[in-house]
Amino acid sequence: MLSRHANELYWMARHIERAENTARLLDVTYRTSLLPYQVGEPGLAWAEPWSVPLITMGLATAYYQRHPVLTAENALRFMILEPSNTSSIYACLRAARESARSVRGAITSEMYEDLNSAWIEMRAYDYDRIQALGVSDFLDWVKMRSHLFRGVTFGTMLRDEAYHFLRLGTHMERADNTARILDTKYHILLPSVADVGGAVDYYQWASLLQSLSGFEAYRKIYSDVIAPRRVAELLILRDDMPRSLHSCMNFIDDTLKLLCDAHSREAERQAGELHARLHYGRTDEIMRLGLHEYLMDFLDHISRLDGEVSKAFLVPTD
Amino acid sequence: MDSFVEATMSSPVYDEMRGGDGAIRPHYRAFADWLERTPPDRIAQKRGEAERLFHRVGITFTVYGEQSGTERLIPFDLVPRIIPADEWSRLEAGLAQRVRALNLFLRDIYHEQAILRAGVIAAERVLGNAQYRREMQGVDVPGDIYAHIAGIDVVRADGGDYYVLEDNLRVPSGVSYMLENRKMMMRLFPELFGTRSIRPIQHYPDLLLENLRTMAPVGVERPTVALLTPGAWNSAYFEHAFLAQQMGVELVEGQDLFVQNDTVYMRTTRGPERVHVIYRRVDDDFLDPLAFRPDSMLGVPGLFAAYRAGRVTLANAIGTGVADDKSIYPFVPDMIRFYLSEEPLLANVPTLMLYRDADRAEALARLDELVVKEVHGAGGYGMLIGPAATRAEREAFRRRILAAPERYIAQPTLALSTCPTFVAAGLAPRHIDLRPYVLSGESIGLVPGGLTRVALREGSLVVNSSQGGGTKDTWVLAATETA
Repeated sequence: MLSRHANELYWMARHIERAENTARLLDVTYRTSLLPYQVGEPGLAWAEPWSVPLITMGLATAYYQRHPVLTAENALRFMILEPSNTSSIYACLRAARESARSVRGAITSEMYEDLNSAWIEMRAYDYDRIQALGVSDFLDWVKMRSHLFRGVTFGTMLRDEAYHFLRLGTHMERADNTARILDTKYHILLPSVADVGGAVDYYQWASLLQSLSGFEAYRKIYSDVIAPRRVAELLILRDDMPRSLHSCMNFIDDTLKLLCDAHSREAERQAGELHARLHYGRTDEIMRLGLHEYLMDFLDHISRLDGEVSKAFLVPTD
Repeated sequence: MDSFVEATMSSPVYDEMRGGDGAIRPHYRAFADWLERTPPDRIAQKRGEAERLFHRVGITFTVYGEQSGTERLIPFDLVPRIIPADEWSRLEAGLAQRVRALNLFLRDIYHEQAILRAGVIAAERVLGNAQYRREMQGVDVPGDIYAHIAGIDVVRADGGDYYVLEDNLRVPSGVSYMLENRKMMMRLFPELFGTRSIRPIQHYPDLLLENLRTMAPVGVERPTVALLTPGAWNSAYFEHAFLAQQMGVELVEGQDLFVQNDTVYMRTTRGPERVHVIYRRVDDDFLDPLAFRPDSMLGVPGLFAAYRAGRVTLANAIGTGVADDKSIYPFVPDMIRFYLSEEPLLANVPTLMLYRDADRAEALARLDELVVKEVHGAGGYGMLIGPAATRAEREAFRRRILAAPERYIAQPTLALSTCPTFVAAGLAPRHIDLRPYVLSGESIGLVPGGLTRVALREGSLVVNSSQGGGTKDTWVLAATETA
């Protein structure tokens, strides 16, 4: 297929997935912000949870350029509605729809209609309407639109190259985003060291699991209290958890095996290597290295793989 | 110019649904009964549904001259335009005859120029025309077909006779609306289709693809066809994407193609892939910066050389504009006589050519009755509708005509036929035209019907979507259908 089309499809899928994960990230933040939270400086402390999505998405600088003060409202506006923030839900849905518009021939009409109606509905939202509806309900709507898109794609699209580039985009973005959401716990300060393992700590881990649709799975698998090393195992190493890093790398590795030929071996090799680290990795090693450090290293590898995929397929030089 | 005076319409407007006595015409009876039986609130609900669906499907067009990227719906009207079988067979034969002659004309003027040497058309009319492409002189194209896709605008006036108003031989658009309108009507009102023999049109993309394939360079067994679009911001982008998808061919932009050794390739995820036939929706001027406008970012450097070498087919061919130019239009009946030795089956609208002294004098004396069109204008831009214009507008046109008379033609203000149309106040007659799409390849093919455009403003005669026009589904009834 045309490289330009493959590029649009890849980014269409990434933007939809990013919209969903931004919603998940805001959801965990919103839940956390409702927890009792007492530290020495109340003004600062109140706003603290809202810095987390900005830091993990690498958007803190951009935020402070627009808003001098960190408040819940400003953070929500910035992450949901701000057109100039390319990771905002608004910008992601807009970009996905623009991509769909330029590759209408490569996707099914149901897929285009789905993205187009998501965009039409998104444009009708402003901050007041989101408040009136409830922030959580709005974030659920975003997740639902992403589920719908995946469902329409799965249910209507020919399993051709276009499909594989879409799936590749989805899982590259999800791998990146799951790692970032997991890393939020590192940035959410506990009131004091004494609170580690305490009630607030527990609730923070619980809302993180919920935001990644992992809370119920955790209960089913472990039937036990929430412990950081088990959360890491669930969302990094288990390959039966659809949002885990291992699960994402399974998809990426398989898809690249289908797509690659002689001129794209390096992308296939990098994906295989990263996949092997998850496939044969152990929780002990992750905890010994430090969860934050492990995740930063993973993000670095995913970003390098993305560059390799671009070079091989999406933006070729003749 | 007796015929011209006669044709200046004084007879009452022809309504497609009702005869002069107000009675429903036979071919509309079944629809009128259905309309009678259907509660108004159901119709209103369906109208709303149609609008929502069109928005969701994204059947929009981009308006030039407005804020960039403004997307609008073309209003869709629920009352179909119905054409009885016998009328259609006459139209079909007339359209095929006309397009056959136009292709022969194009072949001729880019080769021997017999029609010019015979003095049927003055040579400077053609060779001095801005749309004449000197670069095409002596270039052979597969099957001698130049206008593979022709959109012929037909109106009904003067008590019911059909006239050709305009030939569109460059990159005629609108066929996607024809197809989507039918889909919408079948979705909203399936009961209208079950019991009636309305001839299907949905095979148009198959017909087009087959047609394009047969026009591939000689010796290519399995040609690769691609559709070349100027991009997502072009006003007809929806249609480009729609047709590419329906035909199952790649929708390419200039940046996706490159030429090497007179061969055209697409850039794909698996390396370069050869393209044999390009259905191009990019104007001649922008196709190849090396051959035409050097500032074009939409084209493909080297494309024209590959074309000349016969390594790729372009549909439509380069240089077709010289045959659909309004200054050439008055000669089409003569072309039919010259090339086919037949009398035209479809009439032209009587036309004054203002470079001729007598014609100009007559036109200037009757500016308040006539329509004056710019020879190179299109899309309803740059025209004067005498009866609707103010004195100042007419005076401005008079000065422009005197300054460059060869740039204008004048025609009687046609009393275009009307069709009942939903407006704010309910059903009201509105003027319509018809654009059938004629495909030329090894033979001539067209699906029954075309795109019916409707001028939604009361009394307006301008049906172009850029000027507030809407569209209707067009039904051609099978021969067995009586009422």
